[in-house]
Amino acid sequence: MDLSQAYSSMWADIAAALPLVIVSLAGLVVVVFDAYRNRHAATPLITLAALVLAFAVEIPALSADGTAFHGMLRIGGAAAFVNLLILGSGILTVMLAMPYLKRLDMHIGEVYSMVLFATAGMLMLGAANHLVTIFVGLETMSVCLYILTGLVRKNQGAIESALKYFLLGAFSTGFFLYGMALLYGATGTMSLSDMQVAAGSGSVMFWAGVALLLVGFLFKVSAVPFHMWTPDVYQGAPTPLVGFMSTASKAAAFAALITVLVLALPPERWTGVLAVFAVITMVIGNVLALSQSNVKRMLAYSSIAHAGYILVALAAGTPEGYSGALFYLLVYTVMNIGAFGVMSQLEWDDAQGSTQSLDSLAGVGYRRPLLGWTMVFFMFSLAGFPPLAGFLGKWAVFAPAIDADLVWLAITGVLASAVSAYYYLRVLVVFFMKSARDGEPGTAAGEAFVIPTMTRGVLIFCTALLVVLGVTTFAWDLTGTFFG
Amino acid sequence: MEITLNWYLYLSAILFTMGVIGFLFRRDVIIMLMSIELMLNAVNITLVALSQTMGSPAGQILVFFVMAVAAAEAAIGLALVIAAFRNKLTIDVTEFNLFKY
Amino acid sequence: MAAQILFFVLATVAIAGALGMLVSRNPVNSALWLILNLFCVAGLYLTLNATFIAVIQVLVYAGAIMVLFLFVIMLLNLAALPDVRRFEWRKGVAYVLSMGLLSMLSFVVASSLGVLPEPQSLQAAADSGTANTLAKSLFVEFALPFEMIGILLLAATIGAVMLSKRKPV
Repeated sequence: MDLSQAYSSMWADIAAALPLVIVSLAGLVVVVFDAYRNRHAATPLITLAALVLAFAVEIPALSADGTAFHGMLRIGGAAAFVNLLILGSGILTVMLAMPYLKRLDMHIGEVYSMVLFATAGMLMLGAANHLVTIFVGLETMSVCLYILTGLVRKNQGAIESALKYFLLGAFSTGFFLYGMALLYGATGTMSLSDMQVAAGSGSVMFWAGVALLLVGFLFKVSAVPFHMWTPDVYQGAPTPLVGFMSTASKAAAFAALITVLVLALPPERWTGVLAVFAVITMVIGNVLALSQSNVKRMLAYSSIAHAGYILVALAAGTPEGYSGALFYLLVYTVMNIGAFGVMSQLEWDDAQGSTQSLDSLAGVGYRRPLLGWTMVFFMFSLAGFPPLAGFLGKWAVFAPAIDADLVWLAITGVLASAVSAYYYLRVLVVFFMKSARDGEPGTAAGEAFVIPTMTRGVLIFCTALLVVLGVTTFAWDLTGTFFG
Repeated sequence: MEITLNWYLYLSAILFTMGVIGFLFRRDVIIMLMSIELMLNAVNITLVALSQTMGSPAGQILVFFVMAVAAAEAAIGLALVIAAFRNKLTIDVTEFNLFKY
Repeated sequence: MAAQILFFVLATVAIAGALGMLVSRNPVNSALWLILNLFCVAGLYLTLNATFIAVIQVLVYAGAIMVLFLFVIMLLNLAALPDVRRFEWRKGVAYVLSMGLLSMLSFVVASSLGVLPEPQSLQAAADSGTANTLAKSLFVEFALPFEMIGILLLAATIGAVMLSKRKPV
């Protein structure tokens, strides 16, 4: 192919993938800006502006359809929805992280550039249409998240959890890559859209490749038994960034998994496997969450359980299942960012700075009405009570499973979420029913600290969005149009 | 007897498994990192052999990206090893046990 | 016949290198064994006529990455290394898992003998492994991931500097 001819289409491609370009360039700008103006107040604002701009640019793309960059990326539809989800999560995270990092005296530009680069990797992963883009997007995202985990070194565990995350992540990358190589050998192509035809009914090599690829994906979405890293990483990493890791990276990985399932694999062969992983993920995630006394660790196990609920929808293997999974990802993003946002403020009520044990939070709901009451919404939504969005989300993931004759799976899911109500409500009981004992650290230190306006805004926005998503179905209807 | 594609694939499988064994059995982080490099390297053999047999460049392009990723991971991993070593004066993974269930 | 001998010699030395890496107590020895393995793999690429990748393999893996490893090992001045794990139940599980993986992968290769693609001619193989062919595909079709890899390497550079700083920022 002639080079000039090949590049003539590139401008149109860049226009189609504009959010990715904006976010990457903003990351470079932040790196250079920070080199000259260290810890400048404008750094987070540049980050925020770039993410908001990318979000605004992506909205019209929802109705588009097609591919860009020689079939590397999908444009529009589900890809645009996932991109909006990732960018939205990024915006809320930066707003939460800005005052948090400032208090820690860690408002360095590197954190923001890593958030932007990670977002760029996620945008690529979520919209990938080719094994190479999946690999490069996944690795860009993962490497930035390893760095973010270890970058804010105010608490002792940061480096240790970053090292664990890195070792297990790189190990799983090996399996992921082997899976890609076997798929390539079995089909002769790396483009996901060509793979289904090339695979036919699938050879042994093809299914072995799928199995190894699935291991990599299940690791990234922290499904049992590949979840070992999650609690340690979530506990050691800075809290607002944990919100980002647990939502945006999961959204991107699930989006890529859905693309692989829809485009690349012969239909109806993976249901049993995914159903098994869904069951053990839901059961083990919820059971281990029951015994946690550290709220961040509890939320980590709860995020494992939520990955299980989404796997239920994928196991159904129907268009309704996939759109239900996307809707659930939206709801999960809102409530999880909210919950971690509340926790990022409560850490400061403790004199030590970063203990999050339940006992030290007794009676905090009265001392901190805003945090207490927004947490009520987040916890009820995570537990799946109507009329909040969590209920509608669970409906969206369990109903397709029933339609696909996986009634036992849906029943397991409902039972597991009934168990989960115990540990979510226990947080609220501690917040509101227990009174703080005298001499407990935090009772005195907490009074002086004012919650930043921006954090208040994010928490109230998340609460409002949960109610809106719970009583209206516009978002669910929107996701329903993607796989028709 | 001719050298066919499957010989390369067998070799790749053996080296990959040796990498996995090294990761699971050794306790020091640096050897674990080297094992990961060995795993990625083994996959590269598969990719290059397939790509050269089929005459499609995509496999070798992926190898190119894998090498870049391996370099990035080695840099991050070794930086984390240095940071962890400063904290604990050890690189034994079983000593990194700040978090308990 | 020469081709078979070359393959077997390279493959045997590659496996020996990997084995040496696994059992060495001293990390410097481990790194040197791994370098031997990486050189042999570069030789195997040459037997496949993948000349460009073979050169890159020597430059990037054996040249850059392993020098980084050796540098860090000597920087930390690691003398006594922890022994191979003493017997625990984990070790048994790990052994079973690894052997299961190996048998699965061998089974995959063995059962795919019929479906593996027909090899192309020697001339075509030599052409498809050159820098020319690869560049045409890398800078046109794969231009986007190529740019993203640049971002990834930049992020890794910044991260490595920040993480290995003595004082936390």
